Amino acid sequence: MPAGPTQLDGHRVGEALNAALPGIVTTATDEWVEVDHARVDEALRWLHDSDEFDAAQLSNLCGVDYHDHFAIVYHLQSLDLNQQVVVKARIPDHDEPALPSSYPVYKGALLQEREVFDLMGVHFEGHPDLRRLFLWDGFPGHPLRKDFMGIGDGLTSGLSRFPFENKENPDRLLNRDNVIQPDDQDVPSDWSGAAPA
Amino acid sequence: MTTAAEPYVLNIGPQHPSTHGVFRIRVVMDGERIQDLDMIVGYLHRSMEKLAEERTYTQNIPFTDRADYLAAMSGNLGLCLAAERLAEVEVPERASYLRVIFAELQRIASHAMANGTLVSDAGAWQTPLLYMFREREKILDLFEMTCGARLTTNYMRIGGVSYEPPEEFWPALQELVDELPERIGEYEELLTQNEIFVARTRNVGVITPEDAINGSLVGPALRGSGVPWDLRKAEPYCVYDRMDFDVPIGQTGDVYDRFMVRLAETRESVKILRQAIAGIPDGPHKTDIPLALRPEPGEVYGRVEGPRGELGFYLVSDGGPAPYRFHIRAPSLINLSLLREMARGAALSDAVVALGSIDIVVGEIDR
Repeated sequence: MPAGPTQLDGHRVGEALNAALPGIVTTATDEWVEVDHARVDEALRWLHDSDEFDAAQLSNLCGVDYHDHFAIVYHLQSLDLNQQVVVKARIPDHDEPALPSSYPVYKGALLQEREVFDLMGVHFEGHPDLRRLFLWDGFPGHPLRKDFMGIGDGLTSGLSRFPFENKENPDRLLNRDNVIQPDDQDVPSDWSGAAPA
Repeated sequence: MTTAAEPYVLNIGPQHPSTHGVFRIRVVMDGERIQDLDMIVGYLHRSMEKLAEERTYTQNIPFTDRADYLAAMSGNLGLCLAAERLAEVEVPERASYLRVIFAELQRIASHAMANGTLVSDAGAWQTPLLYMFREREKILDLFEMTCGARLTTNYMRIGGVSYEPPEEFWPALQELVDELPERIGEYEELLTQNEIFVARTRNVGVITPEDAINGSLVGPALRGSGVPWDLRKAEPYCVYDRMDFDVPIGQTGDVYDRFMVRLAETRESVKILRQAIAGIPDGPHKTDIPLALRPEPGEVYGRVEGPRGELGFYLVSDGGPAPYRFHIRAPSLINLSLLREMARGAALSDAVVALGSIDIVVGEIDR
């Protein structure tokens, strides 16, 4: 499956984390390890300091809104060992999500946490300068939340179907009047816009 | 005679040549020295990550052009690689070679722009910049003859690239590759020994390797501090594992080192281009995929080494035709994590050069 080429097995990371910090791991899969969100700073600190994982750099930090909870995803990497660890923190409180900041461990979290705070409204406790990053102070709401300007009635944003999609034959459009398929026979011979290989 | 002055607040930008776009900095000055710095971004925020949740994976490719508009090809490549891994799409070998060729051309064009603007920040107003635009112009011509666009190329597709380059592309590319080493030599001659340029950049904006790693710096900003980290080597994608090239690094981590790393990287890119031209096989340039790609529920973090460093795409699929979550790990934004520490205590003129050496693209910061 889609695990990265240098990504470590989450089970292995989970076992090592649980041995060092008992009870911190909540779930582990092939791809990631999920830790108790209130102790995520401990987990990151331990991974950063450990010789086995040597998670020296916070490569990516972002949040995902799952309607009833938030997940903060940390992609950590070791530059010496060339390996990647994916840590997730599940925040069950969807109304006022909060978790400890990772800035004391990684300075690279400074702007990334501000971005998540701005667009998702997740509070990072202990962040030295938690302000909105892109939007102005006083902007109503947090746009990357799934319920931002929600439609109501249980409807969610997003596509359920591609506009001209043909269910029986997914490679073909229903409305083909203004679309030229590369293998169409009726393409004029002098038309060189999309030259098929 | 001594004078005492109260600290005062100086506003730079959002429209200012040294900020390379609509990027605003408020600095608290003590005389000529910076006491504190606060960056204010968001003037170019287009809410791409939210918009992307309502568009199919292929419809999202044009957003990556407009995120880092000086390296559209790298953005295209990053998203396509991530989506291909998520949906398990195979890419023909010829397409992988074409991707490497265009990504390296884009790197040369972007580094030319970065170094040119850095030199004009350092006071060599416009002359070196326009020299460097010579090569960039030829590269953009190559893009134009292949896909019709110069800046927002929208060239790569999930499963390959959109067009086969035309016949006249290959001789033009060969000509460019042949003359580039000489041109790069000209810049080295013109700038690297220039007394004023060296005085303005040596030991300015120094970042230690420890800070660079801990501050999530990537790309030339990290390699300038002497950390040999390049995703083309560490996690080879496309056909980079078949290419023979070096990863140039700096020694002190100052502005001069970052400039030299970029210059040396363009030489390495020329090396890669030569090998790619020699090794490109015949075959199809893309595979057919369904119009509405529906990857299995799951998530992927795909990344490429763009001109500014690790450009990552974190995609979450819920099985629908549009991504459930679409996050761009923007190197331009994250490379600024240390800006405040770097600028404190420095003279304002040095901070401007240090910012120029980080090489930001505001479209990518704000997204």
